[in-house]
Amino acid sequence: MKPSVDTIWDWLADVPDPEIPVISVVDLGIVRGVRWDGDTVEVAVTPTYSGCPATSVISLDIETALRDRGLDDIRIKNQISPPWTSDWLKEEARAKLMEYGIAPPRAAGGPECCPRCKSTHVARISQFGSTPCKAQWQCKDCLEPFDYFKCI
Amino acid sequence: MTDTTAYFEFLCRMGDNTLVLGHRVSEWCGHAPILEEDIALANTALDMIGQTQMWLGLAGEVEGEGRSADDIAMLRDAWDFRNCLLCEQPNGDFGQTMMRQFLFDAWHLAMLTELQNSSEQRVAEIAAKAIKEVQYHVERSGDTVIALGDGTAQSHERMQKALNLLWPYVGELFTPDAVDTAMAEAGIAPDLTKLRVGFDTHIGQVLSEATLAIPDSNFAHQGGKSGFQHSEHLGHILTQMQWLQRAYPGASW
Repeated sequence: MKPSVDTIWDWLADVPDPEIPVISVVDLGIVRGVRWDGDTVEVAVTPTYSGCPATSVISLDIETALRDRGLDDIRIKNQISPPWTSDWLKEEARAKLMEYGIAPPRAAGGPECCPRCKSTHVARISQFGSTPCKAQWQCKDCLEPFDYFKCI
Repeated sequence: MTDTTAYFEFLCRMGDNTLVLGHRVSEWCGHAPILEEDIALANTALDMIGQTQMWLGLAGEVEGEGRSADDIAMLRDAWDFRNCLLCEQPNGDFGQTMMRQFLFDAWHLAMLTELQNSSEQRVAEIAAKAIKEVQYHVERSGDTVIALGDGTAQSHERMQKALNLLWPYVGELFTPDAVDTAMAEAGIAPDLTKLRVGFDTHIGQVLSEATLAIPDSNFAHQGGKSGFQHSEHLGHILTQMQWLQRAYPGASW
C-alpha cells in the first residue's frame, strides 16, 4: 500500500540537515513538495544557496530515508523557483538553532543576541561564514565568536 | 544567427562569467590575508560556481545536443569560452582581486535585476535565485573597496592602481553586439547600454567614498564575450581547471 503524502512528510521531518543536524530538512524549508506521480514519489527540493555543497547530500539523504521506509520508486526534483528564503525556516527550528549555538535569522539583518550568554552587545565580523548560509558574528561581552544564519 | 544560437551564446556568457571568475576567486583558497577573508572569498567562489551550474545547465538544454553543464565547463577550449575579459584577469594582490570583484558585482547586480523580468521564465528564475547571493557579494566587495581605498597611503595607492588597470575591461560589459541585440529584441535580456547609467551611479558613489578617481579614458578592450580574442590568461586558467577531465575523461568520484 502506498503511504500517504502526509506520512511521507512526517518521515522527511526526521531527516537531519547534514550541516546543521539539530534541524531537519523540513525545518529548513527546503522540501517544497511531495506528490505521487503514478507509483513514483516525487520530492521537490530547493537549494538554500545555488552552490551549497550540501544540496546533493541532502537529496541522497532524503532518498536513503525513503528507501529505508520501503519506498523504491523515488524521484528527487531540483526546483529553484521560487528561490529559497530564510523566512521558510520553521519557528521551532529557530529555537533549536539558538540552542545549538547558531543565532537564527532576523529581518533586522543581525542576531538578536549571543547564543551563549544572551548579551545583545554583538558585532559582525564577516558577512560570510563556515557555510554559505551563515555569517560570522562576535559577542562583545563573552567575546565568543558565533554563527548567524543569514537572511536571504 | 538563429534565435537558438543567440540564446545559447547568451547563456554561455552568463555561465562563463561566473565560471571563470569563480575559478579565479577560488585560487585564493588558503592564501587570503586573514581567515575571514579566505572564507568570504571561498563562499563567493562557491556561489558563482553554483550559478554557473544553472546557466550552463540551461545552455546545454537549449543547445539540445545532450551536453551537461560539466561537459560545457570542462571540455571546451579557450576559443569557445564566452566570458568577458574582466573575469579572466589575474588576481594580483588582494586589493586588485576585490576591485575586479566590485566592478563585476556591480554589473552583475544590475544585469540580474533586469533579468528577473526576462521573457524566458527559466532565465528569470535563475536570476531571482542568483541575485540574492550577489547582493551579499556586492555589499562586501563595495565595503572592501571603500575600506582599502580610503585606508592607508599604501592601500589607497594599490587600489587606484588596480582601478586604472581594470577600468579598460569595464566597457566590454556594456557594449552590445549581435547576440546582445538579439536578446534585447526578444525581451530575454536588457539593453546593455541602458544598464550603464545605474552602474555608473552605483560605482561613482562607492569609488568616491573610497577616495578613488575613475580614469578619464573610456577605452575598452573587446573580444572576451564574443570569443574572438581572449587575453593570454584564459588558457592558463583552463590548464588548471580542466586538466583532470582532460587527462582522465569521464573521471568521477
